[in-house]
Amino acid sequence: MYTFSSRLKTIAFVLMILGVLGIGYSFFTAPKTVEDVEKILAADSHHNGGHAEAAHHDEAAAPEAHTAVKEESHAVEGVNGGHDTIHAETAVVNHDNHNEISHEAHGAEAHDAHAEHEHHLKHVLSQLQNKPWAGVYVAALFFMLISLGALAFFAIQNAAQAGWSPVLFRVMEGISSYLIPGAVIVFLLLVAGVLQFHHLFVWMDPDVVAEDHLIQAKSGYLNGAFFLIRAAIFMGGWIFYRQYARKNSLAQDDATDNSFYKKNFKASAAFLVFFIVTESIMSWDWIMSVDPHWYSTLFGWYVFASFIVSAVTVIAMVAIYLKSLGYLEYVNTSHIHDLAKFMFGFSVFWTYLWFSQFMLIWYADIPEEIVYFKMRIENYNLPFFGMVVMNFVFPVLILINTDFKRLSWVIVMAGIVILFGHYIDFFNMIMPATVGEQWFIGAGEIGAILFFLGLFIFVVFTALTKAPLLAKRNPLIEESKHFHY
Amino acid sequence: MSNKVIHVLYNDDDILMDAVKQTRAAHHHIEEIYTPFPVHGLDKAMGLAPTRIAICSFLYGLVGLSVATAMMNFIMIHDWPQDIGGKPSFSYIQNMPAFVPVMFEMTVFFAAHLMVITFYMRSKLWPFKSAENPDLRTTDDHFLMEVAVSGDESQLVSFFENTGAVEVKVIEKH
Repeated sequence: MYTFSSRLKTIAFVLMILGVLGIGYSFFTAPKTVEDVEKILAADSHHNGGHAEAAHHDEAAAPEAHTAVKEESHAVEGVNGGHDTIHAETAVVNHDNHNEISHEAHGAEAHDAHAEHEHHLKHVLSQLQNKPWAGVYVAALFFMLISLGALAFFAIQNAAQAGWSPVLFRVMEGISSYLIPGAVIVFLLLVAGVLQFHHLFVWMDPDVVAEDHLIQAKSGYLNGAFFLIRAAIFMGGWIFYRQYARKNSLAQDDATDNSFYKKNFKASAAFLVFFIVTESIMSWDWIMSVDPHWYSTLFGWYVFASFIVSAVTVIAMVAIYLKSLGYLEYVNTSHIHDLAKFMFGFSVFWTYLWFSQFMLIWYADIPEEIVYFKMRIENYNLPFFGMVVMNFVFPVLILINTDFKRLSWVIVMAGIVILFGHYIDFFNMIMPATVGEQWFIGAGEIGAILFFLGLFIFVVFTALTKAPLLAKRNPLIEESKHFHY
Repeated sequence: MSNKVIHVLYNDDDILMDAVKQTRAAHHHIEEIYTPFPVHGLDKAMGLAPTRIAICSFLYGLVGLSVATAMMNFIMIHDWPQDIGGKPSFSYIQNMPAFVPVMFEMTVFFAAHLMVITFYMRSKLWPFKSAENPDLRTTDDHFLMEVAVSGDESQLVSFFENTGAVEVKVIEKH
């Protein structure tokens, strides 16, 4: 039996406390009114310079861009006449440049410079108010999806009757235990969105929808009630499988036959079908819908690749940690080698999907699709391309070597880079649509990472103490104990 | 000078593995082993050095990547930078996504083919090469270990007969 060392427990609590302080600080310092924003912008001379430059650029590009963004122009037109500009502005945050272009075009005709300035301030205010929420949302989603990925990996190993991995089943079960608190937190954040506590999802705002016929056309799918029902069903299904598989796995330890193993085999196969459908829809709902004007077909796979590689990395790192303390007697370098091969393979798989999505859109250059990447390349250049280095170039060069895949310190080092890289990946998916150019990895974002990391460590290692770390009567456990590659 | 070798035949790979370990422990030099299929762990038991063909392949892949990059940079960017459907041909990086499929395929092509050719050259395999199997049965169901004769010949023969061999022959090699 594993005992949760008090030192690690202290670390987990310290991380959670630091995280709460960071998150609290970011909520506390978020601007409340337009006047606050004006002060911030005045103080931030760098931003002013950048803005002036952008405006100049927009002016030059305005004539051709105007036709390309007719849709957005309509949205903004409606906003100018309406009362609630903040929400409507958020609707087109992801089309930031176009938004400004079209605004400028209209401004020349109908509005004076003052109204334009006011309009810009409200726009920035909504972005800055989104920032602390978005930081929490990205981290909450990231850690929940890691545990979901570990669960999917566990199900794959069961359904495939893998002979190498049963000695790692308890580690995977432990990591998947975070799914319950993690899913609850994400669900509460989604409920908070529907209840208008935050505005990460612009389509949840009735004032925006009233002015935006693109979202109106999607409201049969994108509406608060259906959205929450879907989320509840998905999370309920995942948690149900997790609890059921865990119960059977423990029952198999004391069983006299393999009936619990067979139950888990069938449940895993059924779960994988459920998982791939719900995972795809989940990625449209929770991630793609922050950009309700944009869509991509392989997005679900892309999100899946991102969190499965993170999950395998976390499994490897937790296994190495427990092994170093002497708890995993039968885990040898061949098991670690196999996990490292999965880290390598899924990293390449992620890159394949990232590039396929990017290149198809870049190549055809259709305006309503390309805005997604235009926004990211112009305003998130370093994170957008930096994550390709962290998630592809680095792991490929390090983990291609067979000998390196057996060295704990190499796996841990590559794992840390991969995990940071995939955090940046989720950051890149959520932030451009919610905070736009106002992004910054500051107290709020780091605080959220620390908080959820602390919670993750606490929940996972608590779960690991609940059962022996070796699945005793698994029919494949003998093979797994003697696995060597 | 006579150049004698002993051919020891086995009909089971487990017995062969044990025999290899015994032979190594007795410090007899194994010239070669002929098997009808790959025997897992035989190279380790014989103490053969690990292959470096994967390192070759990696380097060939880098060559392929360089060839693809240089080729397309010259053709598409420097030699005749036409506007083809609005693609930006001002610099390589600007139009790079369009070149990645070629870069990838060339990398794989060079890595795979040059590695295979390296394998053929290093293991001396080519069409019309005369086969070198000392006993036809080794391609079907027998395992043959060839050991150089040094010292007492009859003692060696009896040593190998005790390792579970089905046949032990002393051969004059030319």
